[in-house]
Amino acid sequence: MLLLPAMCLLVTFTHYPVVKTIARSFYGFGTKWESKATLDNYRYLLEDEVLMQVLYNSFLYAAITVPVSIVLAIAMALWVNGKMAGKGLLRTAYFTPTVLPMISVANIWLFFYSPEIGLLNKLLGVFGHGGVNWLGDPSVALYSLMAMTIWKEAGFFMIFYLAALQTIDQNLYDAAAIENAGKWTVFRRVTFPLLMPTTLFVLVNALLNAFKLVDHLFILTKGGPNNASNLLLYYIFENAFSFFDTAYASALTVLLLLVLVVLALLQFGVIEKRVHYR
Amino acid sequence: MNRLTRIVLVSMAWLLGFVWLFPLIYAIWAAIHPAEYATKFSLFAPLTMDNFKEAWNEAPFLRYMINTVAITLIILTGQLVLCTLAAYALARMEFFGRGLMFALVLMQLMVVPEILIVENYQTLAGLNLIDTYWGVALPYVASAFGIFLLRQTFKTVPQDLENAAKIEGCSVLAIIWKVYVPLAKPTYLAFSLVSISYHWNNFLWPLVVTNTEKSRPLTVGMSIFGAPESGVDWSIISAGTLISVGPLLILFILFQRQFVQSFMQAGIK
Amino acid sequence: MWMKSVKQIALAGALCALSVPVFAKTELTMFYPVAVGGALTKIVDGIVADFESENPDISVNAIYAGNYNDARVKALAALQSGEPAQLSVMFSIDVHELMDLDAIVPFDDVVSTQEEKDWLAGFYPALMENGVVEGKTYGVPFQRSTIVMYYNKDMFRAAGLDPEKPPTSWEELAEVGTALTKKNADGNVAQWGAMIPSTGYAYWMFGALTKQQGQNLMNGEGNETYFNHPKVIQALDFWKDLGSKYAVMPEGTIEWGTLRQNFLEQKTAIMWHSTGNLTTVKKNADFDFGVAMLPAGSELGSPTGGGNFYLFKDADEAERAASLKLVKFMTSPEQAARWSIATGYMGVSPAAYETTELTEYVKTFPPAAVARDQLQHATAELSTYQAGRVRKLLDDAIQSVLTGQNTAEEALNSAQKQAERILSRYK
Repeated sequence: MLLLPAMCLLVTFTHYPVVKTIARSFYGFGTKWESKATLDNYRYLLEDEVLMQVLYNSFLYAAITVPVSIVLAIAMALWVNGKMAGKGLLRTAYFTPTVLPMISVANIWLFFYSPEIGLLNKLLGVFGHGGVNWLGDPSVALYSLMAMTIWKEAGFFMIFYLAALQTIDQNLYDAAAIENAGKWTVFRRVTFPLLMPTTLFVLVNALLNAFKLVDHLFILTKGGPNNASNLLLYYIFENAFSFFDTAYASALTVLLLLVLVVLALLQFGVIEKRVHYR
Repeated sequence: MNRLTRIVLVSMAWLLGFVWLFPLIYAIWAAIHPAEYATKFSLFAPLTMDNFKEAWNEAPFLRYMINTVAITLIILTGQLVLCTLAAYALARMEFFGRGLMFALVLMQLMVVPEILIVENYQTLAGLNLIDTYWGVALPYVASAFGIFLLRQTFKTVPQDLENAAKIEGCSVLAIIWKVYVPLAKPTYLAFSLVSISYHWNNFLWPLVVTNTEKSRPLTVGMSIFGAPESGVDWSIISAGTLISVGPLLILFILFQRQFVQSFMQAGIK
Repeated sequence: MWMKSVKQIALAGALCALSVPVFAKTELTMFYPVAVGGALTKIVDGIVADFESENPDISVNAIYAGNYNDARVKALAALQSGEPAQLSVMFSIDVHELMDLDAIVPFDDVVSTQEEKDWLAGFYPALMENGVVEGKTYGVPFQRSTIVMYYNKDMFRAAGLDPEKPPTSWEELAEVGTALTKKNADGNVAQWGAMIPSTGYAYWMFGALTKQQGQNLMNGEGNETYFNHPKVIQALDFWKDLGSKYAVMPEGTIEWGTLRQNFLEQKTAIMWHSTGNLTTVKKNADFDFGVAMLPAGSELGSPTGGGNFYLFKDADEAERAASLKLVKFMTSPEQAARWSIATGYMGVSPAAYETTELTEYVKTFPPAAVARDQLQHATAELSTYQAGRVRKLLDDAIQSVLTGQNTAEEALNSAQKQAERILSRYK
């Protein structure tokens, strides 16, 4: 009974459209419905060279942005939690990107990255370097996107670590001090293990975001050049809305779903265990 | 730890802080100088407020701001209420098919609502909710993420507490409100933060589902300044960005101590 | 007491007035892509307001829906769910797909009087190419452009070139470009000779280069492409050579969105860009600049571009008539002239250039006529069935060549092969 309102909404806005999407991936052709189910859309999935590139990009993107954001977030939280002067200001600085809407900061980053007039290349120019085509060079573009993603996310995750750090019992540190443990040892043996639940929470968020957050692609690269920075969700958008190929987009959506289900199952397995231990 | 590592660490912290703050600093620079200085830096660049004026005149920011706040609040309130109820049911009530229900809920975690734009738009059009706050909000109100988090937290609440409350004759709702909610405060805070920051910045779905100033949030309003199709005017974009995040930012700076502290206090419990 | 009854009477009177409208209003919903910056909405709003005051029985709800892509997403979502929408400005090259979706009706079915037929015949023929399919007109030009060459006259003077003689051929472009490319003490380029954008609308720029070789990219039916025609390959080789061989242009891709800023910052002496940028460049350039037709390969040429009016199928008799009225109003010579002056987009009919406003404007600001003069050398923009996908194939091929991942021949052969496979269904 308590579950009912939530379930109603979930069914309306998640399950029903998902079922329709799955049906479309078998029965669809372009934006139309066919009377017979085929595997055509999936067959095309296998032949699609761009998709292979996109999948590779997506995994690389997640594999780099997630750990880097988390490590930075922990470092930030430790700094801001310490006794450093001016930590209030630092805290604000780290947190700012979270408040700025992606759609407008992406434009500002576009300026940083733009080759002739952009800030990064002007800085490089001071050192006599000819500059990099940050978004126009296929071997760099994806990493430029990652940098922006990390900038946007790390401060957000920091807040969670900050809260977790406050819950750690000061006695543990006192005990460690008596044993004359080094800073690094304390972090490794005391702080980090105690942050584990937070890390898991952040990890779930970060991983899902890595596949969900593509707003900046619309402004910065549109997946280019030559798909060098294309990500799975953006590719789905392209298929659905630029190519009018809802059916193939549906097949891709099913693929994305499978990827996320597998990822999520792995994580929930771990989280369930953690919670039982507590 | 020796002095040198300490100095290195501190300067790294500040360097990182500077880098993190830099886009905002740049936005301020671009916003208060004439357009030709947007990409040139000179100490003697003349100051101007024209960019703010122009941005302000081109979009009804106040209206957008109200919309954004309203939408975010509707979503958040809805999420907190619905997720609490559902989480309690999934954590503490025995009923047939509970595992299946939970699995169904979790499914939403993997589905990005944005992918289902066309289908969801049709549903909302059927309900006559296009271009309303509710149209923007509804697909997000039942949050699997929230249900999941709260369920995990509720499970850690000792059963004895609930039993005691039952003996005192509390109804289920009263038990939830008096026993579970207070104990789950940190989870509520963490979840609210995630939710607010996500919906404050959400773009694509509101773009599709809103038509007029009546319901458009800031992000959609801002997008008319930043269409790279036509070439980018950074001064105006920056001014617009500052106007739109200004209030939020000022609030955060003013109340950051209280904000972080309440977050931390919640954590201590 | 009497106050209350007065109020009641007043209220009743007001209710009567409300419930018995003098005439039934026809409501129109129009989707409009704002791809040219915020100020554009004001201009469109102004035109719409004028229309409404002239036609009090029609009210127009103009919905600004982001760029061309966003507008299309919105319009399609609305159509598929039965939300009312009677007309829209969308990409001129969406026509095949909109037809495929059975979403639009040809204007020929809606116009009836001789006057309306004359109106439909009054546009520049080159602007109709993308809108006419199988002899029927589905798209009426409104926000239309060609690619023109903007050049910095001050830089020409500084390099000892005649500022009134912009390059007119590919050879001259390379020559002039070399003279205009300047390096600083470190050996890094401080000022480029020319820039042709290769993100966003790479296929569009490429359409100009191939037309200048005398070759189109596709047939009129939209079911055949000529991506690996030798002349097309030559055109891409030339584009690549501008960066690698002549070194007058940066290598790698050049961002569409920031190019105008590059030009205004004097980082490049020449840029190829849409005429839709003309008014903004005029407003912001603090140097002497000129606008010229694109240089010729074996001939002159540029594709047309931009947005057309479409009429959606799902509308009743009255709505359709009102839509036609609105389209007619917005493309009338006076409005087209006003639009052209405000944005730099083209006046869509010869009559627009005969209005006193635009005649005067062209006199004081000759670049405003370049796009029109270029029309006689113009061709249709790449538009096929499955246009999005085919376009993207070409975009990817171009970008892979410009970034040195592939040779022009390889990339275009493979693009052609894939395009053929996609289009084989439509023959």
